[in-house]
Amino acid sequence: MSATIRTTYREALRMGLREALARDERAFLMGEDVARYGGTYAVSKSLHGEFGEDRVRDTPLSESGFVGAGIGAAMNGMRPIVEVMTVNFSLLALDQIVNNAATLRHMSGGQIEVPVVIRMTTGAGRQLAAQHSHSFEVWYAHVPGLRVVAPATLADARGMLWTALQDPDPVVIFEHAMLLPMEGELDADAGPVDIDHAAVRRPGTDLSLITYGGSLHKCLEAAEVLAREGVDAEVLDLRTLRPLDVDAIVASVTKTRRALVVDEGWKTCSLAAEIMALIVEHAFYDLDAPLARVCSAEVPIPYPKHLEDAALPQVGRIVTAAREVLGR
Amino acid sequence: MSIGSDEARRLLWQMVRIRRFEEKCAELYSAGHIRGFLHLYIGEEAIATGAMPELRDDDSILGTYREHGHALARGVPAGAIMAEMFGKREGCSGGRGGSMHLFDVSRRFFGGNAIVGGALPLSVGFALAEQMRGTDRVVACFFGEGAMAEGEFHESANLAALWKLPVLFLCENNLYAMGTALGRSQSNVDLCEKTHGYGMHALSVDGMDVLAVRDAMQRVVAAARRGEGPIFVEFRTYRFRAHSMFDPELYRDKAEVAEWRTRCPIERFVRTARERGWLDESDLAAIEREVAAEIDEAVAFAHAGTWEPLEELERDVYARAPAAPAARA
Repeated sequence: MSATIRTTYREALRMGLREALARDERAFLMGEDVARYGGTYAVSKSLHGEFGEDRVRDTPLSESGFVGAGIGAAMNGMRPIVEVMTVNFSLLALDQIVNNAATLRHMSGGQIEVPVVIRMTTGAGRQLAAQHSHSFEVWYAHVPGLRVVAPATLADARGMLWTALQDPDPVVIFEHAMLLPMEGELDADAGPVDIDHAAVRRPGTDLSLITYGGSLHKCLEAAEVLAREGVDAEVLDLRTLRPLDVDAIVASVTKTRRALVVDEGWKTCSLAAEIMALIVEHAFYDLDAPLARVCSAEVPIPYPKHLEDAALPQVGRIVTAAREVLGR
Repeated sequence: MSIGSDEARRLLWQMVRIRRFEEKCAELYSAGHIRGFLHLYIGEEAIATGAMPELRDDDSILGTYREHGHALARGVPAGAIMAEMFGKREGCSGGRGGSMHLFDVSRRFFGGNAIVGGALPLSVGFALAEQMRGTDRVVACFFGEGAMAEGEFHESANLAALWKLPVLFLCENNLYAMGTALGRSQSNVDLCEKTHGYGMHALSVDGMDVLAVRDAMQRVVAAARRGEGPIFVEFRTYRFRAHSMFDPELYRDKAEVAEWRTRCPIERFVRTARERGWLDESDLAAIEREVAAEIDEAVAFAHAGTWEPLEELERDVYARAPAAPAARA
């Protein structure tokens, strides 16, 4: 068994960035306050000292400009890692991501490659109110041409970036802000991980909790509560939100015959809705109970803690919803 | 300026070639062979013609949805462009893009962009890549004056100037953003002045004069290659035809169009070339014959082209196609 190190999700992200910059001279990190400030969330702290300000590059507050520049640099042979401070601000760069990065390979008849990686934090939970608390993963997951991934573990935080950077297509990485301080053990020799497959984080037989990102740990906690009630829940971490690992979803549900989808996005037109539709298409006759989901309340995420908590998926709501699926 | 007969012939050939190609496109649009949006470059030929030869094969070019002339001037074969208009797989984008999305990566012609201002940030990234690799390649980004009202122009101008990137912002100011006149959309119609705040070199050029375009491009390309970029160039021009094939032209006077037509870049250059003795009647006739033959051939090539099989609809969405879900009993 290999040695492990005690670290955090934030530091694991930094290890991934350091590896990418060290291994590939075409790679560079670009975004608002990534260099001298050390990253808004301190993810890139110290990297500009290690790699220089050319390769760890502060940008003006011009999301469309610098995301588009990352796309252009990728088209011209570089391997840019573009950090958009948060998903909330990425809306200003949607045109570049959706109309350029996602379309160019197909629209050019396969001539153009856009090997850009766009990283952004996502999610609510820190009382930042409506404009800083969005979960728009599904907006990106809607778009053919993009790969969308959501690391929820230290190993994925550490290892998804390199794999994404090797991908010839644009990859959007969602890093959940609430996971940044999360501590845990990581293999000392942890390295790149696949970005094609979902992962069973807790095997079980009675019910599938299907989730990703920040909600993974809430689901694992809910599974422990359910275990004390004699329910053996399986927790499936989607990891990649586009293309979804349909086989893993179907395999889990055909085993447990019940599914609850947990997604921090708003319920209407959510990723949860897509996953439920996939289950209906592929495993309808294997189900023993109606599907269910726990999503965020359909409101702009409010500032006061009690209202914010009430708006987001929480362990209690997941447990309650799971009991309903189980008919308890 | 003396350019000699060979160069004069090449410039006139290119402008006539673009003009006749566009006229043929309009005809084929009416006949239903070309669909979608079609934006003609007629009246603006001097810009692509004068600018493109000043760029090297390893420089990169990005354009707009009014880019047929640029593609032709860059050397994309007329047949491949026409087949693209027809939506045939032999087109320069495999038929996937049509008129507004001409690509030829082998000639570093990166489109063809139908979002106004959409290529500007890309051009900044292209230039950043060249700077980081330490090359002396430059990036030429063509756009219309309408794009200067977009935030992306200002973000791109700031980034390029901040990082001193080897990019040429080549603004084809044809005075109308679709149907909105410059004075109705810009607080300051002096476009060079608008760029001064970014600390960028800027110059304004008569875009109806191919020799003026050529001369300006020689200077700005050399300067950008020396690391003096970015540079903004306004080419003052006019489109003689409607914005697209769906435009009844309610927003401009016929007299204005007629006045600009008297400045036709082809007629003007023909006058100059005759006066200077660079070209004579027989040269002009030969150019017309040569161009007509090339366009006939391009149209025949497009007609003979094939449709992409339906099975390939989803090819090239990703380099690595997502696995289909496993079949279940």
